[in-house]
Amino acid sequence: MSFAHRHLLGLEGMSREELTFLLDTASSFKEISERDIKKVPTLRGKTVVSFFYEASTRTRASFEIAAKRMSADFISLSGGTSSVTKGETLLDTARNLAAMRPDAIILRHASSGAPAFLAARVECPIINAGDGAHEHPTQALLDALTIRERKGSFENLTVAIVGDILHSRVARSNIFALHALGAKIRLVGPPTFLPPEMRHWGEVTSNLHEGVADADVIMMLRLQIERQGKHFFPTIDEYSRYFCLTKDAVRKAKPDVVILHPGPLNRGVEIASDVADGPYSVIMDQVTNGVAVRMAILYLLINRPRLEETDRPRLEENEREVPVVTTSANDKETRPRLRRKVG
Amino acid sequence: MSKSLLICGGHVIDPASGLDEPRDVLIEDGRIRSLSEPGRLAAASSSHQLDASGCWVVPGLIDMHTHLREPGYEYKETIETGTRAAVAGGYTAVACMANTAPINDNAAVTQAILDRAEAAGLARVYPIGAVSKGLAGLELAEIGEMHRAGIVAVSDDGMPITDGGLMRRALEYTRMFDLPVIVHEEDRAIAGDGVMNEGEMSLRLGLRGIPAAAEEAMIARDIQLLERSGGRLHVAHISTAAGVALVRDAKRRGLAVTAELTPHHFTLTDDAVAGYNTNAKMNPPLRSGRDVEAVRQGLLDGTIDAIATDHAPHHRDEKETEFDHALNGIVGLETSLSLSLAMAAAIGLPPLRLFAAMSLNAARILRLPLGELSEGKEADVAVIDPTLKWTVDATAFESKSRNSPFGGMELTGRAVYTIVRGKLVWQLDGAARKSEKKSRVKVNA
Repeated sequence: MSFAHRHLLGLEGMSREELTFLLDTASSFKEISERDIKKVPTLRGKTVVSFFYEASTRTRASFEIAAKRMSADFISLSGGTSSVTKGETLLDTARNLAAMRPDAIILRHASSGAPAFLAARVECPIINAGDGAHEHPTQALLDALTIRERKGSFENLTVAIVGDILHSRVARSNIFALHALGAKIRLVGPPTFLPPEMRHWGEVTSNLHEGVADADVIMMLRLQIERQGKHFFPTIDEYSRYFCLTKDAVRKAKPDVVILHPGPLNRGVEIASDVADGPYSVIMDQVTNGVAVRMAILYLLINRPRLEETDRPRLEENEREVPVVTTSANDKETRPRLRRKVG
Repeated sequence: MSKSLLICGGHVIDPASGLDEPRDVLIEDGRIRSLSEPGRLAAASSSHQLDASGCWVVPGLIDMHTHLREPGYEYKETIETGTRAAVAGGYTAVACMANTAPINDNAAVTQAILDRAEAAGLARVYPIGAVSKGLAGLELAEIGEMHRAGIVAVSDDGMPITDGGLMRRALEYTRMFDLPVIVHEEDRAIAGDGVMNEGEMSLRLGLRGIPAAAEEAMIARDIQLLERSGGRLHVAHISTAAGVALVRDAKRRGLAVTAELTPHHFTLTDDAVAGYNTNAKMNPPLRSGRDVEAVRQGLLDGTIDAIATDHAPHHRDEKETEFDHALNGIVGLETSLSLSLAMAAAIGLPPLRLFAAMSLNAARILRLPLGELSEGKEADVAVIDPTLKWTVDATAFESKSRNSPFGGMELTGRAVYTIVRGKLVWQLDGAARKSEKKSRVKVNA
């Protein structure tokens, strides 16, 4: 199995095998962040440009840490500080960046499809760090990795996704990925966030308690406060009365339920503090796994041409692969080698 | 001394008279002099002769919905390039919308458009005046002044008339001039900030949707107004199944409502947006497969009167951008005929009815003395090779703009000669035509 994609634009259409390969690769990268010296030279001499047209703390920091742990040079640009404020188009900005020969561009943008637009027009790999209401693939991968660590597999899992699914890129990527991985999906929120076509994506309900009943996983979405006043719901208070995940609601789920939230939390709005900080919450695992997932994506996309030349050995089951890099000063020698380790 | 022109060997299709027979057509002094059975008419010594063997000879096509962009947006299109695109597509007359800069909401702009069109000397141009001053939807424009200058309809196209009171008065007031009110039917509050049809595809792409109800609600409102106001309502670029049903019902009730349909709305569904294709972004948006079936049915049963292009040229920079930011609309004059022929074949619409929808019916709605191919009529004629295969190459368009979703598509049927006022204003490049014919023979062999 190898990863044949040049870009990571979204998870829609990815097969179970591809997703499993991504999760396996990410899993193998976790060990690096456990080390005393959290740095490998895998991407030394590579330049990663992150371009965030929308504000973000967590995702950008996570990508930066991922890149730096693999010794890539990381340049971070944001909408507010760049030529965007001078009226330059996305295409011109991207062309200029691409002309500086980065090895990957990470893009967050308010418009759905912006990463696909760039991918069709510049040479280097594009990583979607969230585009409008479309996809946020690395978030869904880190969610899937977190679920797999806790549940072992996705077969027969019921995942309830709760909140503003209509506008959520996190929900879309998760729906596409979890569906491909074999989980059963429930979508929970007020009817204003659940257009009729959503039935094709999963079971739909506007009753939180019904929606989380016997769920193995509950995935809460962040409520965009600015939706208030756009007729989707009357007030934040009323929204939270019906859709805030409280201890009471959690009791309806399976006893070993895990609760995810992509952050940042609106405490007391979509999730009660005692639930967010409680025993079922895996929110901090998500954040930790985010770094591993992003390391894996950077590694696979930037090293893609070389990986294709390499005949990678197939790994037996219950073996983990860990990329190990020779510490030679010569860049050509920094190709990762696979060390077999019994898991 | 004017020259005469003989179109010989063709098959005449004239919806007004119902003629669907081989005829030679003699044109003199800008008018149809005579139609006669093949070979009967010896070419006068002075006459220029066009070989139309294997071709259909039809009334020049009339597009009642074109954006020529001049004045103000000459970087997208000019009256000259737009009318060149028209004649290349078999169109001999176009009615142009008012959303220029300055807006055509006064007689001076109307006159300027007519002057530029005359200078270009290609297709006939009929300006459509704004309903409201500045297209602002607040107060009526000087419709009477523009009528004197030569407008053939009023429309705030692009901007729906949100104020129902204004709409009512516009329908009433235009009765004085027998002008139709052409409406872009969209309830902006329902449409919200949508950028494509609302449905499965918008959900998948994470793009904000425009529900069909945005169009349907406004059509329903205006039909109800029409009941008391009188006047003539023309629904532009109808796109929804329920919209067609509303118009069908209103016609049964005897109301003066007509409707037009674009080639893209009868050809494409919102699936064309996949991959964030900005050349599939228009307003009204491409709809569902069910809607496409319904609008085709509406054309077949006569609910929809006319095929209109909504030719909307935009500069490359305005389309090569994020989907949210891309401007609405596509160019259509040079692909309309071929797409219409394909659709007509698919639904069993006979050529006589197809060319009524592409010519005569628009002439009747706009009260133009055009769209007929019989003795004494204006000599606006298109000669069409209905079997000519060609591949759409947007870079080869006569239009200044290339924003077409049909690039690369293989289509059949094309105008080979276009005659306006008895004058040959366009012919398909002979060499291109020959080689394409040759390749067709090869394929069939």
